[in-house]
Amino acid sequence: MSILVHRNSRILCQGITGKQGTFHTKQCIHYGTKIVGGVTPGKGGQEHLGVPVFDTVKEAKEQTDADVSIIFVPAQYAAEAIVAAVDAKIELIVCITEGIPVQDMINVKSNIRNSNSKLLGPNCPGIITPEQTKIGIMPAFIHQQGSIGIISRSGTLTYEAVYQTSKNGLGQSTCVGIGGDPIKGLNFIDCLELFESDDQTQGIVLVGEIGGSDEEKAAEFIKGNITKPVVAYIAGISAPSGKRMGHAGAIVSGKEGTAEGKYEAFRKAGVTTVESPALIGETMRTLMNQ
Amino acid sequence: MNLHEYQSKELFCNAGIPTLEGMVADSPQQARKAAKQLQGDQWAVKAQVHAGGRGKAGGVKMAKSLDDVELIASKMLGSRLITKQTDQMGLPINLVYIERGTQIIFEFYLSLVIDRTKESWTFIASSEGGVDIEMVAEKTPEKINKYTIDPAIGIDTHQLSLMAEKLNLDVNLQEQFIAITKKIFVLAKDADASQVEINPLIVDQNNTFIALDAKIVVEDNSLFRQPELALLKDSSQENDIEQRASENGLSYVSLDGNIACMVNGAGLAMATMDLIKIHGGEPANFLDVGGDATTQRVTAAFELILENRNVSAILVNIFGGIVRCDVIAEGIIDAVKTTNSSLPIVVRLEGTNVQSGKAKLMESGLDIISADDLSDAAEKVVQSAANYRESS
Repeated sequence: MSILVHRNSRILCQGITGKQGTFHTKQCIHYGTKIVGGVTPGKGGQEHLGVPVFDTVKEAKEQTDADVSIIFVPAQYAAEAIVAAVDAKIELIVCITEGIPVQDMINVKSNIRNSNSKLLGPNCPGIITPEQTKIGIMPAFIHQQGSIGIISRSGTLTYEAVYQTSKNGLGQSTCVGIGGDPIKGLNFIDCLELFESDDQTQGIVLVGEIGGSDEEKAAEFIKGNITKPVVAYIAGISAPSGKRMGHAGAIVSGKEGTAEGKYEAFRKAGVTTVESPALIGETMRTLMNQ
Repeated sequence: MNLHEYQSKELFCNAGIPTLEGMVADSPQQARKAAKQLQGDQWAVKAQVHAGGRGKAGGVKMAKSLDDVELIASKMLGSRLITKQTDQMGLPINLVYIERGTQIIFEFYLSLVIDRTKESWTFIASSEGGVDIEMVAEKTPEKINKYTIDPAIGIDTHQLSLMAEKLNLDVNLQEQFIAITKKIFVLAKDADASQVEINPLIVDQNNTFIALDAKIVVEDNSLFRQPELALLKDSSQENDIEQRASENGLSYVSLDGNIACMVNGAGLAMATMDLIKIHGGEPANFLDVGGDATTQRVTAAFELILENRNVSAILVNIFGGIVRCDVIAEGIIDAVKTTNSSLPIVVRLEGTNVQSGKAKLMESGLDIISADDLSDAAEKVVQSAANYRESS
């Protein structure tokens, strides 16, 4: 199996006619992803990339029976797009958009909490179950079907972890980019829980970074709930305090959110950590062979 | 984006949050004039810089005469203020804020922040005002009171009263406190603020609350819909290279080391810095050229890197996904030729079109050191930096 998405997932693209939406949807279709329709307000009735375009998510959901939506809508309208997908009862909403005002995300999360929808992102590369479905902007060719579940706050570091697990002959069950924003949808714990109960997943790579305390919570959760081997890497051991390192959520404030603190939490929880990002794949392989 | 105290107080004033009368000045003469206009016999002269801890660093001084005001202003203006929150260079004082003096009976702390853990706004209040609140939280956590707003409900007066009670306020002050907190919430929402802080929030001799200091941080992602606030940006308080980087669509942070790096993706950029450190080097910067790096951007990135005179080697680390390695390679070749740099450059390329990217670098005839993987790249760049330092 896999987590969250599989070969039969039916995907809708919000913002399909835009430049980013067009480019990446094309790549997804090429990978074999079942894109069943798109949404662009005002362009309903048209066809784009061989699928029908609708004015609203609600209409699209009714006509296509999509269960997943991927969002490429610009930051100004992205929060609205997520809420529209929640209202249309889309099960999994994957928001790629970077730069959504954090205040909008407070409202989005409040909406999500009172629904049955799950949100992935925003500001994330998406999710891929190798050889089944790619719902995101990740380069397809580095992935290999296999046994490792990957959860990461950073895009390119996810690719690094994927590449290394492929090179070490392990492959991936599902790779989830949870995004670099301070307020976001699915978090480490949600994904850890799903990977724990997924048969295909034999080991888990967790890639965190400075800022917030999600990694500390994940460490605590792993200790009590995860039986599969986990390798954790935290980016930003060399990052100065008070400076935002690219991602909106990657900032150490005072003593909170440091890489040292996060590593300490993982070590205390008995989780294998690597301080060098170059060792993620090798370390996972060693753990798998034990 | 940080606002100055005087800018924040103007927003406070418009929102009906009580402040003292004050005026901003950019010369000692103007400071004197401001004090005269404000009347009274005591004034505070406050350096306008984007950093906390001004009081202890000598950035807030009391004056008892107009001559005093002028003298203090003349010393502050044009100098740089180094506080606990700045680097060793400090920040330039181009403006001072003159405020009429007042009596302080009590000092409190009050702030509203976007709390990432709670995914909502949280009020933080304490009876320990005018001091470093992180210290208070660490040493006497029982003196910190918090209330997180449920976004589905909005602000709850009952919760605010509970906070006021914990601060031991009398009935009159409780009412004022509730009114002020409500106004702060409205202001924060309207201004897309990620933080509104009053430290200290004082009670004067008339049993009235006054915001003696004011700090507002406008969330960067919201600036597109806050055009008036965006105009309040004070570039003099920002790092020059970081600012120009952001104008070029690059994310750059200056650091103290001597090994520059250029990477695609924020996470990988941080990881690259970590690797340099693990291999015994010190990173000179954080630099993310973005997921869709073009030749122009790579060149712009190189130019920024080379402005830092401390740099003795450059590490380029690209994981080509959407961005193709051959395009990046062309960018590097172009940049090296245009900038005519003699610094050693180590390049690690991986991902889309990696072979043709590597081939391009080889064929260019430029002295570029190719690395096979992350560790190899870090080792090579640390070694190259050491060699360069020895030879120059």
